[in-house]
Amino acid sequence: MGIRTLAAVAVGVALSLAVNGDAAAAKLVKYKIVDETSIPKSLTGKPGDAKKGRALAINRKKGNCLACHAMPIPEQPFHGNIGTDLSGAGGRYSEGELRLRLVDSKVVNPDTIMPAFYKNTGFHRVLKKFKGKTILSAQEVEDIIAYVKTLK
Amino acid sequence: MGKFHLGSLLAAGAILAVGFSTQANAEGKHGMYANGEIRSGYTYLTPQSKAIQNDDFQNPGMIWVDDGATLYEAVDGKAGKSCKACHGKAEVAMKGVATTYPKYDEDTKKIKNIEAQVNRCRTKHMQAKPWKYESGQLLAMTVFIRHQSRGMPMNVSVDGPAVPFFQKGEKFYKQRRGALDMACSNCHIDNAGKNARANLLSQGQTNGFPTYRLKWQKVGSTHRRFRGCNKQVRATPYKYASDEYMNLELYVAWRGRGLPVETPAVRN
Ligand code: HEC
Ligand code: HEC
Repeated sequence: MGIRTLAAVAVGVALSLAVNGDAAAAKLVKYKIVDETSIPKSLTGKPGDAKKGRALAINRKKGNCLACHAMPIPEQPFHGNIGTDLSGAGGRYSEGELRLRLVDSKVVNPDTIMPAFYKNTGFHRVLKKFKGKTILSAQEVEDIIAYVKTLK
Repeated sequence: MGKFHLGSLLAAGAILAVGFSTQANAEGKHGMYANGEIRSGYTYLTPQSKAIQNDDFQNPGMIWVDDGATLYEAVDGKAGKSCKACHGKAEVAMKGVATTYPKYDEDTKKIKNIEAQVNRCRTKHMQAKPWKYESGQLLAMTVFIRHQSRGMPMNVSVDGPAVPFFQKGEKFYKQRRGALDMACSNCHIDNAGKNARANLLSQGQTNGFPTYRLKWQKVGSTHRRFRGCNKQVRATPYKYASDEYMNLELYVAWRGRGLPVETPAVRN
């Protein structure tokens, strides 16, 4: 936990830590974690698009949130139950809390199985084609947040 | 083919009845396919998939058993020998063997699995070329040998010289990896029984390997499955027959202690 918290703080302060000898790692947008629970500020400054967010939550190569969470997306047959049902999640969490969950949920719960969607270093043996990449772009994170916010 | 299969099925049934009658779980929900909390992938299957595994005439993995039986008797290599020339009848000589593999190997001071032992016999005793990992021959022979223990409980040794290798396997199992940053344990310990979209997560046991996977349309080895699970979390897999996977295979076999050998199992 200590290390993770430290990393999270470091990330908040100055994030071009594409270091670790990983030249391929692209720079991420800087962000600041507040109280270890929230990233209040948008990663892009642009509002998210909820419709795109919904599609990203379904897309197996992108959010694939349905792998673990049930969501009010009735046209998709299989919803996972590894995580909590996200119906109503927009009412339970602030936008900043949702953002931290998506960016790096291990800051909230170091033992979670939920992947960090906006992180590109500090992993073990990443497949070459995914090296230095985040699962979602900053704007895609904002799109999914916009969608989850509609789940009230 | 029919007669042989039916015979082996009856034999396996008899062993099961003896081997498991003493265990509390014999009467449990999952019968012989569980040992207390330890559950075979079989127990997570749909009734339709179970039915395919149950019936040797339907189970496509039985083709590899047949092929293995032929290879077992085939002379190959400069020494002019077959497996049978050294070992005798497989039904006798190979019965129970699979339950103790993988195991520590004095020659190499490492862990070897059945595939490795088969190739050792080929190079050392038959003076034949080793079979390529995941080749039709090596799969058939491995399936055939493991099939001779069908119904017998897995019982690998993890003490003595095996200890450090077992520990490495355990460490591998619990280490997060890949861009999704997940360990084997995240899925197969923490979330066994849960759905990952259309996949029902099992405990990831190896007692049925090499397994006929409907998705593969053929049988595949434990190492193929390990590679698949590694790639699924966007991690670089290790090579077939690597030390890492041998150690992992030992650890996972221990996780499944007491489960019956099911080779060739049928999985989705
Ligand atoms: C591999 C599994 C997995 C994936 C994929 C996943 N999550 Fe999660 N998520 C979890 C688990 C498990 C929890 C429960 C809390 C924890 O583990 O910390 C969780 C918790 C959450 C929470 C907090 C909800 C609560 O009630 O605690 C939100 C919000 C959330 N996830 C959103 C998402 C979104 C949006 C996506 C896709 C972009 C996603 N998750 C993808 C496993 C996953
Ligand atoms: C992201 C989730 C996930 C992770 C992490 C994962 N697996 Fe799997 N594994 C699966 C799924 C899904 C299946 C197919 C359904 C089942 O049997 O669980 C599977 C199946 C298996 C099987 C076949 C079980 C059978 O009965 O045929 C084995 C063995 C296995 N995994 C071992 C491992 C090992 C070892 C690791 C780590 C190197 C690992 N898995 C990591 C999801 C995962």
